[in-house]
Amino acid sequence: MTAEQRKHLSVLAAIWAALIFAPYWMPLFGGYTALGSRVLVLGLGAMAVNVLLGFTGVLSFGRAAWFGLGAYACGLTLKFLAASTPLGLLAGTLVGGIAGAILGILLVRRRGIYFAMVTIAFGQVFYYIAFQWQSVTGGDDGLRGFERQPLDFKLFQIDLLHNDLYFYYFVLICFAVAIGLMALILRSPFGHTMIAIRENERRARFLGIPVELHIWIAFTLSCFFMAFAGALYALLNNFADPRMLHYSLSGDFVIMAVMGGMRRFWGPLLGAIVFVVLQDYLSSVTVNWMSFIGILIVFIVLFFPRGILGLARRRSTA
Amino acid sequence: MSVLEVRNLTKRFGNLVAVRDISLTVAPGELRAVIGPNGAGKTTFFNLVSGFFAPSAGSILFAGRDITAVPAHRRVGLGMARTFQITEVFPELTVFENIRIVTEVAAGYRLRPWLNRTEAAELRRRIDETLEFSTLSGKAHRVVGELAHGDQRAAEIAMALALKPHLLLLDEPTAGMGDQETYDITQLIRRLHKVGKLTIVLIEHDMRVVFHLADRITVLDQGGFLAEGTPQEIAASPAVQTAYLGQAA
Repeated sequence: MTAEQRKHLSVLAAIWAALIFAPYWMPLFGGYTALGSRVLVLGLGAMAVNVLLGFTGVLSFGRAAWFGLGAYACGLTLKFLAASTPLGLLAGTLVGGIAGAILGILLVRRRGIYFAMVTIAFGQVFYYIAFQWQSVTGGDDGLRGFERQPLDFKLFQIDLLHNDLYFYYFVLICFAVAIGLMALILRSPFGHTMIAIRENERRARFLGIPVELHIWIAFTLSCFFMAFAGALYALLNNFADPRMLHYSLSGDFVIMAVMGGMRRFWGPLLGAIVFVVLQDYLSSVTVNWMSFIGILIVFIVLFFPRGILGLARRRSTA
Repeated sequence: MSVLEVRNLTKRFGNLVAVRDISLTVAPGELRAVIGPNGAGKTTFFNLVSGFFAPSAGSILFAGRDITAVPAHRRVGLGMARTFQITEVFPELTVFENIRIVTEVAAGYRLRPWLNRTEAAELRRRIDETLEFSTLSGKAHRVVGELAHGDQRAAEIAMALALKPHLLLLDEPTAGMGDQETYDITQLIRRLHKVGKLTIVLIEHDMRVVFHLADRITVLDQGGFLAEGTPQEIAASPAVQTAYLGQAA
C-alpha cells in the first residue's frame, strides 16, 4: 500500500466515524439528531447534483424537480397506496428517476446556458402542477397525512417515527448505499467518459464516445439519486410541499456543491454541512439568514473557486 | 490492399477551390508526408481525410471500404486516429488518466460500470505499454496541462496510439516547437513507424522532419497535386524546387 492510499483510507475512515457517531458528538456543539439526518439527505441531493455539475460538466440547475418528484411520489404512496417506508422510498426513486430519463431525452442536445434554462423550466412545470392540483397534492399547503412507518422485520420492528436516533441510522444506511453506488460509477470506465466530456467535449467525441448518450445516462443516474434523496426528505419531514420542486432549492444544491468543492467527491457533503448548520443557527437569529450565506458564497467563489475542499488540496500539494 | 486511397478529391468553399482533384494511395506500413507552401490545401486535405469536412467531389477509401460519407467520430471506430495542430488533450487530467480514458474506450468498455480483475489487469498492462512506448512513464502522474509543449504533444500522440489505429493522421506534429522538442517528437514518430509498424500520414512544415521520416512525399501547391515520390526524388524535382523549396531557401 502506498502512502497516498493509506492517507486516502484514513480520511475515509475518519469521515465514516464522524457520520456514525454524529448523534453522540453533535450535541456538544449545539446540534441535534434530526439536524444530522437533514444534513445527510440534503448532502446526498447535493452530491447527486454534482454528478452532473462537477463530474460531467453539465450546467443542470433544475435538479430540485426530481428531488421534489421523489418526495411527492413517496408521500402519495404512503398516504394512498401502501403503509410501508421501503415501498415509499422505492416508489419515490422510480417515479423521479423514470421521469428524469424520459425528459432527459429532450434535454441532452442542449448545452451550456440553454441546458440550464430548460432544466429550470421543467422544474417549474412540476412546481406549478403541485401548486395547483390541490385535491391530490394539497396545493400550497403541501402534502400531509402520511408518516414514516416502522421497519417490519417480522420478529421485531424498528420505530422510525418516534425515535430520531433510529431514523438517523436508517438515513445513514440509505446514504451509504447511494453514495457507494455513486463512487462505483464515478470510478468506472463509464465514469471516466463523464470526466472526459467535462474536460474536452470535442476530444471526447473524436475518441468515438457518443456524447449525447453518455450525458443522458449521467443525467438519468443523477435523477434517480435526486429522487431517492427527495423521498428520504419526505420521510424526514412527514411532509412534502411545492417548494421542494422550486428552482430556489435547486439553487441551494448548487450552492452546497460549489461551496464544498465541485471537483471533489465529498465536496458537496461538506457544503451541505456548512449550509444546513448555518441555516439552522442563523434562522433562529434572523429571518435574513440567506444574506449571510450569500456573503459566504461570494467570498468562497472569489477567493476559493474550487470550494473548501479545493483549498485543502492546494495546501496538501504545496 | 492499400490502407488509404484518395480518388480525385475536391473541396470548394464558395468560389475558392481549396483542394483540387487530389489522388493518392498509402500502402500498409508506409509513412507518407504531405507538404506544400502555405495555402497549398494541406490542412483542408487532412480534414477531408479525417472526416471533418465533406468533400465536394471524389471519394476516400479506408482499407478498401468507401468512407466518404462516414462522419469523423465513426472513422475513429474504424481505426483512423488523428492529432490536431492545436493539441487536443484533457488538460486538467494526468497523462495516465488521459491514456486510460482512450484505452478504455478502445477496449469497448465505455459503458461498463465496473471491470473484473482480468480486464482491469489487461487494461493496466496496455496503458503502461502505451506510456512506455511514448516515453511518458516518468510523467504518468503529472497533469498534462502543466507539461512542456513537446510532452503535451507526445501525450496527444500517445492517446492516438492507445486507440490501436490502422492509420494515424498527424497534423503538423512539431508545430511551434524548439529544436530539442522537434527532435524528440521526430524520434517518437519514427519509433511508431519502424517499431510500431503503424501506417502514418502527416502534414508538416519542417523540411528536416519530413525528409528524415517519410517513405514517400506528396507535394501540393495552390490546392492541386504537384509531385509525388521518395524524399530523394522530391528533393531533385525542379517543379518542387520552384514552387516550394526555392521559396523557402
